[in-house]
Amino acid sequence: MHRIVSKAQLSPNVTRLDVEAPRIAQIRKPGQFVIVRRGPRAERLPLTIADANPKAGTIALVIQAVGKSTKELVALNVGESIQDISGPLGMPTEVIEKGRALCVGGGVGTAVVHPIAQGLHAQGVHVTSVIGGRSKEWVIFENELKCLGDVVVCTDDGSYGRKGFVTDAAKEILTAGGIDIVYAVGPVPMMRAIANLTRPFGVHTIVSLNPVMVDGTGMCGGCRVEIGGETKFACVDGPEFDGHKVDFDLLADRLSTYKTHEQNANTCADGTCRVGLQK
Amino acid sequence: MSADTPAPAAPKKMSPKERMAIQRQRMPEQDATARAANFCEVNLGLTEQVAMLEAQRCIQCKDPKCVSGCPVRVNIPRFIDFLSKGDLPGAAESLLGDNALPCVTGRVCPQETQCEELCVRGLKGEPVGIGYLERFVADWAMQNGGRPAPKAAPTGKKVAVVGGGPAGLTAAGELAKAGHDVTVYEALHQPGGVLVYGIPEFRLPKQIVDKEVQRLTDAGVKIECNVIVGRTYTLPELRQSFDAIFIANGAGLPVFMNVPGENLKGVYSANEYLTRVNLMAAYEFPKADTPVLVGKRVAVVGGGNVAMDAVRTAKRLGAEVASIVYRRTKAEMPARAEEVHHAEQEGVAFEMLVAPLEVVGNDKKWVTGLKCQRMQLGEPDASGRRSPVAIPGSEFVLDCDVVVVSIGTRANPLLTATCPELKLNKRGNIEADENGMTSLPGVFAGGDIVRGAATVILAMGDGKRSAKAIDAYLKSTAA
Repeated sequence: MHRIVSKAQLSPNVTRLDVEAPRIAQIRKPGQFVIVRRGPRAERLPLTIADANPKAGTIALVIQAVGKSTKELVALNVGESIQDISGPLGMPTEVIEKGRALCVGGGVGTAVVHPIAQGLHAQGVHVTSVIGGRSKEWVIFENELKCLGDVVVCTDDGSYGRKGFVTDAAKEILTAGGIDIVYAVGPVPMMRAIANLTRPFGVHTIVSLNPVMVDGTGMCGGCRVEIGGETKFACVDGPEFDGHKVDFDLLADRLSTYKTHEQNANTCADGTCRVGLQK
Repeated sequence: MSADTPAPAAPKKMSPKERMAIQRQRMPEQDATARAANFCEVNLGLTEQVAMLEAQRCIQCKDPKCVSGCPVRVNIPRFIDFLSKGDLPGAAESLLGDNALPCVTGRVCPQETQCEELCVRGLKGEPVGIGYLERFVADWAMQNGGRPAPKAAPTGKKVAVVGGGPAGLTAAGELAKAGHDVTVYEALHQPGGVLVYGIPEFRLPKQIVDKEVQRLTDAGVKIECNVIVGRTYTLPELRQSFDAIFIANGAGLPVFMNVPGENLKGVYSANEYLTRVNLMAAYEFPKADTPVLVGKRVAVVGGGNVAMDAVRTAKRLGAEVASIVYRRTKAEMPARAEEVHHAEQEGVAFEMLVAPLEVVGNDKKWVTGLKCQRMQLGEPDASGRRSPVAIPGSEFVLDCDVVVVSIGTRANPLLTATCPELKLNKRGNIEADENGMTSLPGVFAGGDIVRGAATVILAMGDGKRSAKAIDAYLKSTAA
């Protein structure tokens, strides 16, 4: 059992839970994730380890509540527990040893960028983060990233930081030159746009993929992605890959596999549907 | 049957002639039409009376061939003898002393190619229903309890078992019996390995696995779930904290066909399909949170036990057509005879001598069919099976909306990658001698990680043998 020691609402649908997981807190590396199962009958959900406190033995999980499972997870309160957390899973981030890195985070992806920036900062790499959200209330992890380098905030509506997409700000920074590597995490269209943006600049670009997973150890193959025409398992070969080689269409497409199921589960959970309740 | 049912009086001793005259008893089954729509167990188990009658069929050979056919060397005639005399506690004690998971093996072993194949009664007529009897005695013991196995005094030695599947659990039970302090590390959230994620409820109810596991924890085995050795701990770390290690993490990596279209929506590995339905109980969606695609027409590629489990699962989930697609004929299928028979009864279609070429999809990237070609059998290959040869111009598309690929698994490199000194073969399987000893002192391995994908009982045999070897190793290193 993993007790929740603190809980914070980061944006209208993003919640941070700090939970006890001492072993994982001690050994996790940037880019790694855990599989979380709230309790009996719950799904196994892959979540990036957004931060860790080895002394307190806790890890930070940042959850965007979209489906039934994530909504139930963020409904847990401080003092309550998550039954299963396994990890750390996945390959650690390929962290450069010196130079300048551009970290781009969109929405909840910013929480995934955070540990990468931590790893880079620890190496002495100069980090510039470009993070974005629809409007001010959707911007997360700004202060945490400010501790690790420069931060440029973008909002779609201009309610905070600069108006526009993260790609616009990223383009300016790339044009100014000096960037050795780009890390981008966010919705699939954003990662695709960043990869397309950096390609002509010839800057190595790493993206973190979030396909559907079950076990997270290479056993099921549900997280198949194509990298340079080759099938890889995101859970063991990734989740981070060369953004210039990722088949984003396939990723987006496979992510839609259970769309109808999710809608059904949601309507069941909010009481508007009776399927499965009669027995 | 319950504990307070008085045991029937011991039957009078039968003459060999009388024994030979008894016909093999049939296993009562759930009706085929009914069961094809539920996940309840297919085989219902023998009654005590019928089990005792079947036990009388055993002629108690002086040199019992059946025992040599059993990978864990259960003393078959002995427990059957107790049973035939109506001594159920005696039968249970005998069986449990030899086999750590008899409720499981009585249900999932391929008896027809092991113990029962060698039964002398099979020479003329049908062999003794050893599997049925094992299941009967094991279930009786589970319901009525039995004397706990005698346990040696604590040795103070610590053993880590990596993987809570059949090999690991068997080894853990044996090692605990020998007085060692055993910790099992299981990667998933529930112990059992393939018994919980792979083998479906209708063949092996999960409750039975839970009870077998409970029996082990009662015997002092510690089980830690959600620990992935290779990630949470490395093998070298375990070597520092334990006196010996038994690696039994299975062959968990699914093999795909490597044909175009395999990443379309609706293509599953058998591992994923079965894990969703079994471990995650997707058949109860949305009461359970994990979904699975319920196809109208499901094609399962492969001819092994896992393929049978997948295709029968598809039928139960509601597929109108559930087919096995196999490139040889039924005669070459590696699946257990009973599973094939049950699948046929349940209305599974068999597309034999058919090999997939491509998964076909629509513009939304959903599977719509499996492009295949017809095969014919040619010369025998290295395995002795006649190899399939394509018939030119025989291509056709099998309509389906879900494809389950069940053509095998290979070794998962997560653990071995953290310990380069550990010798592997070309396929990534750990090299181990007949006692499970690897290239590293104190590190033993068994089950699928050594053999490649095999059966539950072979894994259990490895677990039992390795436990013995580990015990000997620990005694030899005792200060």
